[in-house]
Amino acid sequence: MSWFTNTFKTSIGKKLIMAVTGLSFICFLMAHLAGNLTLYGGENAFNSYVERLHTFGPVITIVELGLLFLVITHVLTGSILFYQNILARPIRYKVYKSAGGRSLGSATMPYSGFIILAFIIFHLINFHFADKTGTTIFQIVAKAFANPLYIVIYIAAMIVLAIHISHAFWSLFQTIGADHPKYTPLIRIAGIVISLIFGVGFGFLPVYVSLI
Amino acid sequence: MTSTTDKKNINLTLKIWRQKGPDNNGLETYYADDISTDMSFLEMIDVINERLTLEGKDPVAFDHDCREGICGMCGAMINGRAHGPEKGTTLCQLHMRHFADGDTLVIEPWRSRAFKIIKDLVVDRSPLDKIIQAGGYISVNAGGAPDANAIPIPQETAETAMDAATCIGCGACVASCPNASAMLFVGAKISHLALLPQGKPEAMLRVMDMVNEMDRLCFGNCANHRECEAECPKEISITNIARLNREFIKSRLF
Repeated sequence: MSWFTNTFKTSIGKKLIMAVTGLSFICFLMAHLAGNLTLYGGENAFNSYVERLHTFGPVITIVELGLLFLVITHVLTGSILFYQNILARPIRYKVYKSAGGRSLGSATMPYSGFIILAFIIFHLINFHFADKTGTTIFQIVAKAFANPLYIVIYIAAMIVLAIHISHAFWSLFQTIGADHPKYTPLIRIAGIVISLIFGVGFGFLPVYVSLI
Repeated sequence: MTSTTDKKNINLTLKIWRQKGPDNNGLETYYADDISTDMSFLEMIDVINERLTLEGKDPVAFDHDCREGICGMCGAMINGRAHGPEKGTTLCQLHMRHFADGDTLVIEPWRSRAFKIIKDLVVDRSPLDKIIQAGGYISVNAGGAPDANAIPIPQETAETAMDAATCIGCGACVASCPNASAMLFVGAKISHLALLPQGKPEAMLRVMDMVNEMDRLCFGNCANHRECEAECPKEISITNIARLNREFIKSRLF
């Protein structure tokens, strides 16, 4: 246990936790987006995707529990880092200017993170824990996005997610030490592309669903 | 010739953070009139201090030593920027020609929980020394100077190590970091030793000892904002932070 605690109580250890859990979320979101794209195939395509997914049975439950564990770890570790960073400068500058290093993503990481957490809870209540008796998932989704407020909330959340990932993606590679003049510029670009794919890919779904 | 002289001199308003005392609490305003643009920033403060002394007032305390940009003693936040607005310069190498007549400059000390304020703009940067004492060295028996080039080191590696070794420990990375993290400093010190054969034997112990000491001294956590890299007077790259992360992972896994 001492090896474990000695490693993860350090600042770099905690950042590694953020990087690895964050990378798993990006992988999960890729699969989630790929699945959701079946919505463009219409009601039957989406419902059959959901049905197919549920045939995995206990595997899905294990993955869900795994994700829950990763979310708790990511949020708790992130909160500790956020708190420690506030403590590290008890007296703020009266004037502080960026020298050009910070980005919208990096400057808002903890805040966008908490917003995403709130959104995930909202999202799970809407769809995951929704009463599914006598209805299909598609009907639940269609009913939710008939409400313009839901569309606005979902699009706003996806913009926040894109901003979060725009910094998170290259940052996690930097944390795990994967940095080289050969591929770091590529990772930076990939981070922007992935955040756009998530933002646009997820963000357009509510609009599309409300139109069909 | 008077016109030329007039042209080269500027008038500034300085708002300098002064030690809490019976008369002041926070930013004090001073008028720096007739400042030559050939002066360095520190020479400008010298002029202000001479005037304050003649008026019987307490001069502004600030750190300085070589005034050649190589010792790492000077430093302050000028309008929210560590060592002022110019890239790759220490405060002593920042010249007044970079400011315009009528500018207002807010001058504050480095702010970090780890750097205690001694007086006015002088902060205690000995926490950086403590990190070095924790492992930023190699253990060798002192003796006669070893033969040059006795250990073959590729030129490129030597250059990369030297780039990291240009760190003068001024603390601008900590001061400019939104999280007051010392990762660029530690990254530079870890890098220049880890890259060279002489640093390899103790590499595993060194990285843990230095990171633990950095955390113990309450520096913040790096969030890859890259402000440090942009403000470092020696323009040390965050590539060194990635190398520190690699060294950390190596020491944990192998």
